[in-house]
Amino acid sequence: MGQTIAEKILSQAAGRQVQAGEIVVARVDQVMAQDGTAPLAIQVFRQMGGKNPFDPKRVNLVIDHSAPSPTESISNLHKMMREFAWEHGCHLYDVGDGVCHQVMVESGRVGPGCVVVGADSHTCTYGALGAFATGVGSTDLAAALISGRLWFKVPETIKVVCHGPLPPGVFAKDLILYLIGRFTADGATYKAVEYTGSAIKELSMEGRFTVANMAVEMGAKVGLMEVDEKTWEWLREHGGGEFTAFSSDPDAVYAKVVEFDLTSISPQVACPHRVDNVSPVEKVAGTKIDQAFIGTCTNGRLEDLRVAAQILAGRKIHPRVRLVVAPASRKVYLQAMREGILATLVEAGAAVVTPGCGPCVGTHNGVPADGEVVVSTANRNFKGRMGNAKAEIYLASPATVAASAIAGEITDPRPFLK
Amino acid sequence: MQVLRGRAHKFGDDINTDYIISGKYKFKTLDMDELARHVMEDLDPDFYHKIRPGDFIVAGWNFGCGSSREQAPLVIKHARIGAVLAKSFARIFFRNAINTGLPVVECDTDQIEAGDELEVDLARGVVENLTKGVSIPIKPLPPVMLRILEDGGLIAHFQKHGGFKLEGV
Ligand code: SF4
Repeated sequence: MGQTIAEKILSQAAGRQVQAGEIVVARVDQVMAQDGTAPLAIQVFRQMGGKNPFDPKRVNLVIDHSAPSPTESISNLHKMMREFAWEHGCHLYDVGDGVCHQVMVESGRVGPGCVVVGADSHTCTYGALGAFATGVGSTDLAAALISGRLWFKVPETIKVVCHGPLPPGVFAKDLILYLIGRFTADGATYKAVEYTGSAIKELSMEGRFTVANMAVEMGAKVGLMEVDEKTWEWLREHGGGEFTAFSSDPDAVYAKVVEFDLTSISPQVACPHRVDNVSPVEKVAGTKIDQAFIGTCTNGRLEDLRVAAQILAGRKIHPRVRLVVAPASRKVYLQAMREGILATLVEAGAAVVTPGCGPCVGTHNGVPADGEVVVSTANRNFKGRMGNAKAEIYLASPATVAASAIAGEITDPRPFLK
Repeated sequence: MQVLRGRAHKFGDDINTDYIISGKYKFKTLDMDELARHVMEDLDPDFYHKIRPGDFIVAGWNFGCGSSREQAPLVIKHARIGAVLAKSFARIFFRNAINTGLPVVECDTDQIEAGDELEVDLARGVVENLTKGVSIPIKPLPPVMLRILEDGGLIAHFQKHGGFKLEGV
């Protein structure tokens, strides 16, 4: 019987042929934890009797959620992570290096066929590189740290065929918001999603990361994509090692196959307080905003900042709006600096903050006030997500967020891109 | 496993981990008793004070969606909730709950109202709604998860076996 990508990767990692539904204990290639989850994982590691990580070169600790630290208690947790990483020789990404998922896809250590567990739900981002990458909690992470293995239920796969091309002014973020609106927040729970079709193939790697990143927003365990020349090029550029790519067999068994025609969709917006509460931009245009945010593991990459700069060049943001920009990583930050993107954004009125998560998750760097409305490029708009349950968050593409920052209200970006 | 008994506190569908414990607290400390005071705060500011030890959280579909923060099940446990009952759970929350030894029960929660007295019997696979006099079947847990839960969570499992001992379960 044919196998899906997910079944093939887990078969290899478990050392035997496995099928959807089975529970396997499999080898993991990389483990990752960030400052919201690593301290607990380290504590559990010790409680479990852990002395040394199974392989420190496969362990990645990232300080991004509250970086630089806003309080002394967080500073102490950061210190605990640093000391652990230094003592054992793990990879440490410190303040300013970037959001965990971006530094992982830039590391060259994650690629096709890898099994990666991260103590962060958006670990599914690396599915764009053909890796079986999934979010786990701190206890699972500690178990993987000690043993280099973890138990997995081999997921069934939903194949999502996306027919393109996307219309002008419509981006990877619009595509994935559209899919989430159709699937709903639990439409793919416990499942692997395999994204395919011309609309996916045409995306840059950066766009593919955006799409894979939000697989968890429909409940999926992983969001996989087929490996192609763009994938290998990304890996070469980032010093990637040896990897084995897998693709699904023609007779692989899917839980279902769903097709979408994306050739005439509008830019999409997720409205408060649910990611699957999605409307075309025309429907919400005119909603007044107080803050705009461009960044995160979903949309803080170079092409995101580039399109924002294209829209903001020679313009000013609305006088009653703040625009916060957080490049996804140090690499992105530097390149945006070299290309003059940051200068354009700052001239337009943006406040550029340290690469990291801050505003996305409400730790610092842009917590909205009561009753305020934010339009953000992030992946979640739950009540309280940005640190204030009395604020409202809309999610959109970087183009839509940039255009909205100028207009002071949610705005269709397409006229700005002509 | 012992039979759990308590009252139902009802919530809706898609209760996410940000509602269970807001990100603004979770990064600050590893003190779960302190964090537990803020459980479900954005939905019901008074919730923590309404809990009697052993009470249940009863919800609809997709409980625990959102982030991977293990603080979510831990905070519920430290708020002295006996178990979470829902129509379905988000994947990572479900795993984390088992790993940390918080019983999670998949069942038809439409037959439970706020304030109902419940008896949850994991071994027999049934929830007795004592107030309404109905028995609600529980969707059985896979053997691997039962083994971890029986061992008292994954930490205890590792302490006991020195690593994973799940093959052939
Ligand atoms: S940017 Fe936001 S969603 Fe991404 S890892 Fe950071 S907090 Fe999580």
